[in-house]
Amino acid sequence: MALATTENTITTSDRADGARDRRFGPAMALSCRECGARYDLGPSFACNECFGPLEIAYDFGRVTRERIAEGPTNIWRYRSLLPVPEDVASKPNMAPGWTKLVNAGNLARELGIRSLHVKDDSGNPTHSFKDRVVAIAVEAARNFGFHTLSCSSTGNLAGAVTAAAARAGLDACVFIPSDLEQAKIVMASVYGGRLIGIEGTYDDVNRFCSELIGDELGDQWGFVNVNLRPYYAEGSKTLAYEIAEQLGWRIPDQIVIPVASGSQLTKIDKGFKELIALGLVEDRPYKIFAAQAEGCSPVSAAYKAGHDVIRPVKPDTIAKSLAIGNPADGPYVLDIARRTGGAVEDVTDAEIVDAIRLLARTEGIFAETAGGVVVGVLRKLVASGTLDPDAETVVLNTGDGLKTLDAVAAEARPTAVIRPSLDAFRAAIA
Amino acid sequence: MSVSVRIPTILRTYTDGAAEVNGEGETLRDVLQKLDADFPGIGARILDESGKIRRFVNVYVGDEDVRFADNLDTATPSGVQVSIIPAVAGG
Repeated sequence: MALATTENTITTSDRADGARDRRFGPAMALSCRECGARYDLGPSFACNECFGPLEIAYDFGRVTRERIAEGPTNIWRYRSLLPVPEDVASKPNMAPGWTKLVNAGNLARELGIRSLHVKDDSGNPTHSFKDRVVAIAVEAARNFGFHTLSCSSTGNLAGAVTAAAARAGLDACVFIPSDLEQAKIVMASVYGGRLIGIEGTYDDVNRFCSELIGDELGDQWGFVNVNLRPYYAEGSKTLAYEIAEQLGWRIPDQIVIPVASGSQLTKIDKGFKELIALGLVEDRPYKIFAAQAEGCSPVSAAYKAGHDVIRPVKPDTIAKSLAIGNPADGPYVLDIARRTGGAVEDVTDAEIVDAIRLLARTEGIFAETAGGVVVGVLRKLVASGTLDPDAETVVLNTGDGLKTLDAVAAEARPTAVIRPSLDAFRAAIA
Repeated sequence: MSVSVRIPTILRTYTDGAAEVNGEGETLRDVLQKLDADFPGIGARILDESGKIRRFVNVYVGDEDVRFADNLDTATPSGVQVSIIPAVAGG
């Protein structure tokens, strides 16, 4: 089974940092998550020895709550913990993050939970958490001299990349499955750049981009989630940092996170571990719960069967942003759910839609399908007794419902359509 | 059966920089064995000690990920393209 090499990636010496490349802030090297091999910081994403995924290893030095609090109300607040230069906030970028942590008292009461917060990432510039990860990738692209940003996307990422490219003055060429929701196509094409629809699943798009990078057509492009992936992925740690800081420098007892590739969940765990290692929060246990759609639930299936190996599936779900049939971080999600005493659960498409409505009705938050997956799984975990209703719980809404209108559009109609007469209204509401 | 094999950037040090090479074999297992004979050492990058495809490598025969087919026993008909791609996903 894979080692958790996050322990290999944190050093917290107090020494002055003469040796590092300041363009990458506290980042020191790339480290293989499987075998621990180290490489210089560059646009590499896979280990030469074992093909394992590379992640960033840091020497953080001393980081204090006060220093963080002096920073801006966006992700650059945490620049001391990210592979970006100290002056990153002064460069043209979308400045995402510091989204609301909503105290969801109504939903909590309805589900029978004592304490529930929703981390609502629909508040980001392009209305999904992708703005966080893209912002880090843009800095890496600048550092490596790439003039074109690219990605393989289920929709949200393409919008985030093209918008960020526009702000940063870079070109963009992004790749999506050709059958994506129209709202996402609009949001990916409006910022300029090229939008290429691939006839196939997201996994086909991903494979295509891997081949493109190996070809001279694309080898000078910054594919944010391929050759820049180790940098990109770090952006998800900011969700962990913000949740902890917004709770008053405290990690929640329980957190429910949606799983597509599994990268976000593994990086939130990494973020929590870093906060503990740096002494920024108390070292207390926390449980991580992973949420998938039943129509694409390879990780959930492996978890429930007690397996370590994930069998890839062909996705068939309305939760298109989670439709990754072969999740590269899947095994790490299993490790983390088991290590923390959490779980992996999945919900049907009907349960997803119902959960979107539940969250909207109780808290005024309109989530995209991934958010519906999370709330649906939350409800299921409480009902089964897997999630402790008395423990402090946070759930993630990773995108705005306006992006997946199709999911709820069929049932959307006025409560009544009447002539402009008081009698007609009385009759309608009787 | 004569096939073509697409080589990812990471493994091109074994093939003298070639992005695509000729392959030979009835099944993927045969093709990889011949590949390792032609470019010694490349096999150990793709297969682990127990002879299985490494977790973070995806291999396609034509358009099919072999994990959905017969893994190393997947047939490799003449003219098909075999692609070896590092497994990265997320978007």
